[in-house]
Amino acid sequence: MGIATLFVVSIIIFSSIELLPGDFGQAVLGQAATEETVAAFRRELGLDQPAIIRYGQWAGAVIQGDLGTSFSGRNASGVDRSRDVVDLVIPRLRNTLFLASMAALVAVPLSLVLGISTALYRNSFYDRSVNMATLTTISFPEFFVAYILILFLSSLYSVFPSLANVDVDTSFGERIYRAALPALTLTLVIVAHMMRMTRAAIINLLASPYIQMARLSGASPMEVILKHALPNAWAPIATVIAFNLAYLVVGVVVVEVVFVYPGIGQLMVDAVASRDIPVVQGCALIFAMTYILLNLLADIIGIVTNPRLLHPK
Amino acid sequence: MKPKPDKYSALSEVGAVHERRSFWERMVIDLRKAPYTALFGMVIIFLYALVAVFAPLFAPYGEAQIFPEPYAPWSSTYIFGTDQIGRDIFSRMIFGARNTVGIAVATTFLAFLIGGVLGLAAAINRSWLDQFLSRSVDVLMAIPSLIFALVLLSIFGSTITNLILIIAVLDSTRVFRLTRAVALNVVVMDYVEAARLRGEGLGWIMRREILPNILPPLIAEFGLRFCFVFLTIAALSFLGVGIQPPTADWGSMVRDNASLIMFAQYDLKAGLTPLLPAAAIALLTVAINFVVDWFLHKTSGLHDE
Repeated sequence: MGIATLFVVSIIIFSSIELLPGDFGQAVLGQAATEETVAAFRRELGLDQPAIIRYGQWAGAVIQGDLGTSFSGRNASGVDRSRDVVDLVIPRLRNTLFLASMAALVAVPLSLVLGISTALYRNSFYDRSVNMATLTTISFPEFFVAYILILFLSSLYSVFPSLANVDVDTSFGERIYRAALPALTLTLVIVAHMMRMTRAAIINLLASPYIQMARLSGASPMEVILKHALPNAWAPIATVIAFNLAYLVVGVVVVEVVFVYPGIGQLMVDAVASRDIPVVQGCALIFAMTYILLNLLADIIGIVTNPRLLHPK
Repeated sequence: MKPKPDKYSALSEVGAVHERRSFWERMVIDLRKAPYTALFGMVIIFLYALVAVFAPLFAPYGEAQIFPEPYAPWSSTYIFGTDQIGRDIFSRMIFGARNTVGIAVATTFLAFLIGGVLGLAAAINRSWLDQFLSRSVDVLMAIPSLIFALVLLSIFGSTITNLILIIAVLDSTRVFRLTRAVALNVVVMDYVEAARLRGEGLGWIMRREILPNILPPLIAEFGLRFCFVFLTIAALSFLGVGIQPPTADWGSMVRDNASLIMFAQYDLKAGLTPLLPAAAIALLTVAINFVVDWFLHKTSGLHDE
């Protein structure tokens, strides 16, 4: 199922190049390009062949790890200074994964603890204040959270740098220090959502008769939640976590732009602004792939943690 | 309400005619019982609507009127100062309410029109149409919507019409799923069967039999969906591919004035300037969330926990 979806998604992303209005070669190379340069460029892209054949070539190349060549660096003179999309994407992908995993490592345990504890002390002052705080953070746009953090932690009190410019030579500790603010922003944004869903999933289960039974048999509230409710809540919680990690991949785009972090999201935004289609395609494909894989993972966790689904009748 | 009799008698209580409250009376009672958060939310939403509709009356200067002094500090002439090319930020915030909120409302309506109609049709029809629509929605939802929107905008170019259409189509997938899911529970009811046997058409069954019964979750979803659309559009504008200048818009205003934030040490007001449009976005979404929360709680009939 996941592969089928990926296949259709790749077709959609590929066909994006088809939909460009006007003469593609002319648009990229500029007005000054001669007839021959444009023709050569079109031949190089294979634009003189039918779409299905081109899709086959493109998909084949992608599977072998070749995402094509960037449009930037080409110009009317015909001198080719362009770079492979893969070369552009790989180092940035590494940066993005570093940032995302840093945020996830903090966010996932934190939101689980918060979710379970608010379900335990539901309707208390603690529960209400956490709920209120998370509801507010959910409603904030990411860049608002980011700029508030910059204002307090970087501009007024310079604890962390506001620009997260890392490169290959940056050491691991330095990297964590520089990426602290973006990671904190992402954490705040996804903790709120994950915590609320965890709480909702557990409270939902508390209404079922078997929990009533456990309560009547004298189990303490803590026991009821940890031993009886939680095992059944893993599936929805896993879905939420996967969904939020997928969201992390998307939220990263805005956060990277705010902090000028050299990640794949920023690359994509720049490429969109300059209409560098091969780069946009490559980035979109990577984002979509991560998204689909994470959703698939959530389904698998849902099945593994539910014995009823493991043994079909 | 009738005055209470001095003596209690079961007969008079049973015999009393049950008075029907008018729509307004019920509304007032509901509002009295509403928590403060919901009331706060409603007041905020009302204010935003007011500002958006009467923007030219409130704004001291024009939307794209340029003054000779860029990055002017806060003063009585320019309440929140001026931006990088000398436009009054306060005026632009007011016009931004009209543009940003207006576009988001239009997009959400369009999304509900597409998603709602298709969802209802799929729930009633249950044949190849349902299969086809559901699978297409699965595929569309497999791509993160912000990324998909970025790809589509890079192809079609960033105009306001494109923006509305693209986001509406992408968001209608979620509306479709919800509508189909709740409508499926209603479609199996006997009265729908009766209407079908009576020979009513698809349009009638959709509008008169099913829609009234699935309205509460849809209205709540409308609020939440609006928040998502609003945040997506703001994010796209912030990234510079959404609403294009000179149209005033909160997302792009944050981006344009972002560099001011580093001067907060010297002048706190200047540092706050880029946060104002962002705060305006945040306040509206918080307000809507409060109201939706209350509405969901009220209509769910769930009173314990």
